[in-house]
Amino acid sequence: MRAVISNICKSFKNPDGTVFNALQSISLTISEGEFVAVVGRSGCGKSTLLNIVAGLLSATEGEVVFEDLASEDRPLTSVVFQDLALFPWRSVQKNITYGLEEQKVPSRTRDDRAMELIELVGLAGFEKHYPHQLSGGMKQRAAIARALAVNPELLLMDEPFSALDAQIRMDMQVELSRIYETTGQSFLYITHYIPEAVFLADRVVIMGERPGRIQSIVSVDLPRPREEKVKVSPEFVGYLDRIWSEVRGKSQEFGADR
Amino acid sequence: MTLNQRVVKDKTGFLIRRQNPYVTWVSVMVVLGLWEMVGYSGLVPPLFLPRFSAVLVSGYEMVVSGEIFAHLFASLWRIGWGFFLGAGAGILTGVVVGYFQLADDAARPLVAATYPIPKIAILPLLILWLGIGEGSKIAVITLGVFFPVLINVRAGVRNVDPLLIKAALSLGSGPFNVIRKVILPMTLPMIFAGLKLGVGIALLLVVTAEMIAADKGIGFLILSSADLMQTTRLLFGIMVLSGMGVSFAWILEKLERLLLPWRE
Repeated sequence: MRAVISNICKSFKNPDGTVFNALQSISLTISEGEFVAVVGRSGCGKSTLLNIVAGLLSATEGEVVFEDLASEDRPLTSVVFQDLALFPWRSVQKNITYGLEEQKVPSRTRDDRAMELIELVGLAGFEKHYPHQLSGGMKQRAAIARALAVNPELLLMDEPFSALDAQIRMDMQVELSRIYETTGQSFLYITHYIPEAVFLADRVVIMGERPGRIQSIVSVDLPRPREEKVKVSPEFVGYLDRIWSEVRGKSQEFGADR
Repeated sequence: MTLNQRVVKDKTGFLIRRQNPYVTWVSVMVVLGLWEMVGYSGLVPPLFLPRFSAVLVSGYEMVVSGEIFAHLFASLWRIGWGFFLGAGAGILTGVVVGYFQLADDAARPLVAATYPIPKIAILPLLILWLGIGEGSKIAVITLGVFFPVLINVRAGVRNVDPLLIKAALSLGSGPFNVIRKVILPMTLPMIFAGLKLGVGIALLLVVTAEMIAADKGIGFLILSSADLMQTTRLLFGIMVLSGMGVSFAWILEKLERLLLPWRE
């Protein structure tokens, strides 16, 4: 599998008739089993890009093509949204099986698969709970399990941890890293939080704003499995420093003061 | 140290609401007792306000003779059909106009023009079309229930969080399954809000329709008792109506709890 994002442009019409360029010529290839993180300031078009890859928004120009697919009917993508969008009328288990229902997977297999995932994300014992009965971190785990369940070619995550408090956020990063290392799932992960991107990703894509475009790409060569303590290693800090200066340096050219 | 000591008190204490089940019963007893005493005191002639016990006796006679059941079932049958047809059509139309903009554009002026008409004003026309029998009575209830359900369901469908729809699409749902598996469950609370409005309207319309033309039903019982100055029978009819309203609300409440266990 290879997800090829080629020359994506997206512009919106402002109410006054002028055109706002949200994305300009975005090209990026994500390979099988790769974890790619996209960082950039709020409003740089990261989420717009993710929605286009997910097929929830049409691009003004360019296209997203999945090449070298091993299977005909494996779904291309599934999404973990920033606001999670768990179905409030479905239990944790029923949320996770939703995508499998749509794939016409028999009910027994669906439930087995759901239990595996509940186990994997650490929600055992909560499968019958409704979303409103779960804490923020648990909802997060349920949303990840739901997206994993359909076994997509590429799993898309849109700032999924931004609503969590710092402690749980760190736990979830470790957890997600473990899930990535055990499943071999390909990820496209959007965040504005650079340490998170470096901790999780094989490659960090830095986006500039106005118009949103790829500024540079940094490969992260930290050993896996990655654990919490990697965050205090000199290599990790080195990557942070490099990406920070990229983000900061280029923004100043435009006189951005945010 | 202890000289100048003040303890912090919970200032919100007076806002706490505690239910008291005894007071609920006591208030009912007090009102019924007062009613009974007014009768004994002889201040009001029994023709205008018979004693509560006299109403019960009269009601007991109607229960024993089976007369009340004939009236009750006639009314229930009309409400049942009218409510079923009106709610069904209302939910269906509400989903369609909520989901498809074209249908909404077509239906909006029609609904705006017909909704405000007091349904009882249409009854003579319905009698003309459907005859004086059950058809016209059921039809007027159907109309009365249809509109509040339609308007609530439409609002419910339109207010479904678009993110949930996106989530369903990203998990592989097509447009039909989005309606069935996301929009319908999300609209269920609003459907119930519409049904609760509709049930009150159904009760109102069945009585009115029965007062205009019927030989059976609670509305007929009340009107004919008034004509014959049988105030005890009249009051028992009113009490049956109250009981019907309370039971309908209770049933809907239970059904809502059963179908919406996921609500916070």
